[in-house]
Amino acid sequence: MSDILGTGGLILNEPLLWHKGKKGRIGMSIPASDVPSAAIDAHLLGEAVDFPDLSEVDVVRHYTRLSQWNFGVDSGMYPLGSCTMKYNPKTNERQAATPAIANAHPMLADSLCQGTLRILFELQQQLATITGLDAVSLQPAAGAHGELTGMLIFHAWHRSRGSQRHKILIPDTAHGTNPASAALCGFKAVPVKSDDQGMLDPDVVAALMDEDTAGIMLTNPNTLGLFEERIREIAAVVHAKGGLVYGDGANMNAVLGVIDAKRCGIDVLHLNLHKTFSTPHGGGGPGAGPVCVTRELEPFLPVPQVVKEGDTYRLDSDRPQSVGRIHAFHGNFGVLVRAYSYILSMGEAGLKKASQLAVLNANYIKEQLKDVLHLPYDRPCMHECVFSDLKQQECKISTVDMAKRLIDYGYHPPTIYFPLIVHGAMMIEPTETECKDDIDQFIAALRTIAQEAVEQPELLRQAPQRTKVRRLDEVQAARCPCLIGPSGD
Amino acid sequence: MRYLPHTPEEIAAMLAAIGKSSLDNLFDPVPADCRMTGAWDLPAAKSEWELNDHLRHLAATMRVDEHTKVLVGAGSYRHHIPETVRSLASRSEFLTAYTPYQPEMAQGTLQGIFEYQTLTARLLGVDVVNASMYDGASALAEALLMGLRIAKKKKRVAVAKAIHPHYRAVVRAYLQPAGYEVVELDFLASGRTDLSGLANLDDIAAVAVQSPNFFGVIEDLEAAAATIHGAGMLFVTCFTEPLAYGLLKNPGSCGADIVCGEGQSFGIAPSFGGPGLGMFGCKEPFTRNLPGRLVGETKDLEGRRGYVLTLATREQHIRREKATSNICSNQGICAMTAGMYMASLGGTGIRQLARLNYDKTQYCKETLRNAGATMVFDGPVFNEFVVEFPTDFKPAYERLLAKNIVAGLELGALYPELAGRHLFCVTETIDKQTMDTIAAEVGA
Repeated sequence: MSDILGTGGLILNEPLLWHKGKKGRIGMSIPASDVPSAAIDAHLLGEAVDFPDLSEVDVVRHYTRLSQWNFGVDSGMYPLGSCTMKYNPKTNERQAATPAIANAHPMLADSLCQGTLRILFELQQQLATITGLDAVSLQPAAGAHGELTGMLIFHAWHRSRGSQRHKILIPDTAHGTNPASAALCGFKAVPVKSDDQGMLDPDVVAALMDEDTAGIMLTNPNTLGLFEERIREIAAVVHAKGGLVYGDGANMNAVLGVIDAKRCGIDVLHLNLHKTFSTPHGGGGPGAGPVCVTRELEPFLPVPQVVKEGDTYRLDSDRPQSVGRIHAFHGNFGVLVRAYSYILSMGEAGLKKASQLAVLNANYIKEQLKDVLHLPYDRPCMHECVFSDLKQQECKISTVDMAKRLIDYGYHPPTIYFPLIVHGAMMIEPTETECKDDIDQFIAALRTIAQEAVEQPELLRQAPQRTKVRRLDEVQAARCPCLIGPSGD
Repeated sequence: MRYLPHTPEEIAAMLAAIGKSSLDNLFDPVPADCRMTGAWDLPAAKSEWELNDHLRHLAATMRVDEHTKVLVGAGSYRHHIPETVRSLASRSEFLTAYTPYQPEMAQGTLQGIFEYQTLTARLLGVDVVNASMYDGASALAEALLMGLRIAKKKKRVAVAKAIHPHYRAVVRAYLQPAGYEVVELDFLASGRTDLSGLANLDDIAAVAVQSPNFFGVIEDLEAAAATIHGAGMLFVTCFTEPLAYGLLKNPGSCGADIVCGEGQSFGIAPSFGGPGLGMFGCKEPFTRNLPGRLVGETKDLEGRRGYVLTLATREQHIRREKATSNICSNQGICAMTAGMYMASLGGTGIRQLARLNYDKTQYCKETLRNAGATMVFDGPVFNEFVVEFPTDFKPAYERLLAKNIVAGLELGALYPELAGRHLFCVTETIDKQTMDTIAAEVGA
């Protein structure tokens, strides 16, 4: 393992926050009071808050040590399928931290915040252009929030036509959050099976689509990394029965500049700015999940929308058919600024090239590994490819063992056990920001692991060995949940 | 483009390896009639330096900027943010990681969130806190949906009209399509919520009250808990200013079942309203009804302490349409940031800072009162209050704006019955001189 990235190095131990510090320390500068102390009604007063008292150095060391137990895109390749872990440009962070923008208050008059309104307006326009759709709401704070917004729009649109539908079609190759998002709007999810090629069949959709079905939620490219070639026929079937088509755009990084969502027959599409548009995922969030819609559905978008009149920008809430508000203010604005900064940096040519290279990287990995890993759907993929552990089963090695062994080689594992239709799935999405050298190294690591599975399977079952902690007991964590530290500790 | 590393030679070699003749050929599976045609109407790509200039130009068009004294809260608060918090939260090991699905590679995020959950639970007086929701508004909507799940058959919830109007709008958007009804409860002359009619309402699963409420007024949560529980309903509280609990009794100790709100005050820049932090916690019996992610402590193969995402059987990727919520991505780095901020303040510091906000607010009230203004509500407040001026305030507001001071928020658009009244907010970022200047203009 000496030639490859590998792990090792200096990892310091660090206790929990409340095992550090001394009563009376402080880690923040609090201004001296310039006003008299005021009386407070004793029965309003709470007890002292049980936080540890730490100095600034205590806090800095604590979180610096914690950070060193973490792996991010800046540390190395993070081929987590469907998550588009591309490089997060540093300049985007600077732009979002621009003092007048970071300090902008969301409740002031439009005339006091023209700059931030202009960013919102221009980003709305840019995302409409990029998707081919007509209007955009930037309010949704994440992909699943965008899905919910899309389902609220479906609901409001049907209601505006005097109907209330109760079902929604969701293919087995759609994203995992879709059924829960639809259920929040009272829709019952009806599963649609993909065929043996991993594709949706319009006839199968036609057999399920009826006048109590609000529409379909599909992911394209789907979660097998394949483009749904018959999407237009599927959309026609759904539209003919009075339904709408929701496109989950989480995989948009594959097809920037290639597809026109409107020509595909999509009525509502959400984008994940924390995937395709390079904003950092923050170890869980924040994301942003704008929804893009056709002209017909524009009146149903959340309020407020940003409009431009002459040279001024204004928030418009006078939209009687709107689904209402889905965020307290304007969504995750700081994330939107980062995406805006990315689009301006990349331009049209850069964005289109990004998709081409993302697809190139994924196909290259697929071709270089399919002799050692089982490829259930052997056809040209988009931005990700899905393998399984079928070939390793005879050595009693499963996907999780290969994934954990990748950690010892210095890579974040791919998405595992998703999509559910592939048993022991391993979903690899390299993204366009990984260069050929690094991809070759990753391929070499996985090929070595496949060999180790035969020759030294115990190495995989015991992996990872070089991390701060080894495999963790998740069963114990769920059986006797310890979700907060003990008080008075 | 500096983010795209492939050389033409590498592209050619990779295409050859997969048997394609050009990059365009990679998209053969996409039918012609699905294709984007024509060029995009996007500006030409900007260099890093041109982008800096562009954003600097946009910043210059902001009438209110970082130098303006803003006496508006209403759900978004300007507090000092220590450089340590900004610097630690932007460490890319935290910032550029995904959700910690592979715990061996994400112990930093996981321990950090576990500590956030713990400190937040101690602050709010609850037994369990999740890893975050999108914002205070969606957290409240999810809290009410959780209340409806716990109460099973009931179809209605009641929310105080003194809850942030935008939060109530989000609650309506979330609840109404599924057929739930939202009843609003009026406020009294004190600015506190009138709960006297609760007993006459039937089919109510949960009642939500904000404290300090939108008018800054501190609700009597203990009395509210007694009334609400007495009527057989769940008690949900929300907040927009968690710093208040550095001084005031926390909602859990007052009897709240579910506590949620916005945590932006804890080290997160206002940033035009987001990203913020949906804080969400509850009493232990309801743990398995919680929406969102949870981090739990466990041990590794060698018995070492470690952390994992846990109780995932509640969540969308396992439970599909029966999940407690559809939330997946949350506000991870914002929760980490809030943890860093709470750690920086400590128990001693949070009391001191909360006290400072309280004292300054009392001073501002007094000076305005001396200048002839009256307080619209007589209930106790933390760092916001509603005021009525003896004459039209507009000219004074404009004069103050010219002095780079935003003097409050006029309430007519949010509460027509309070048109002409202003909601003021005073944090530690507002000095005495600014407050004196405002009072002088009111009296002028």
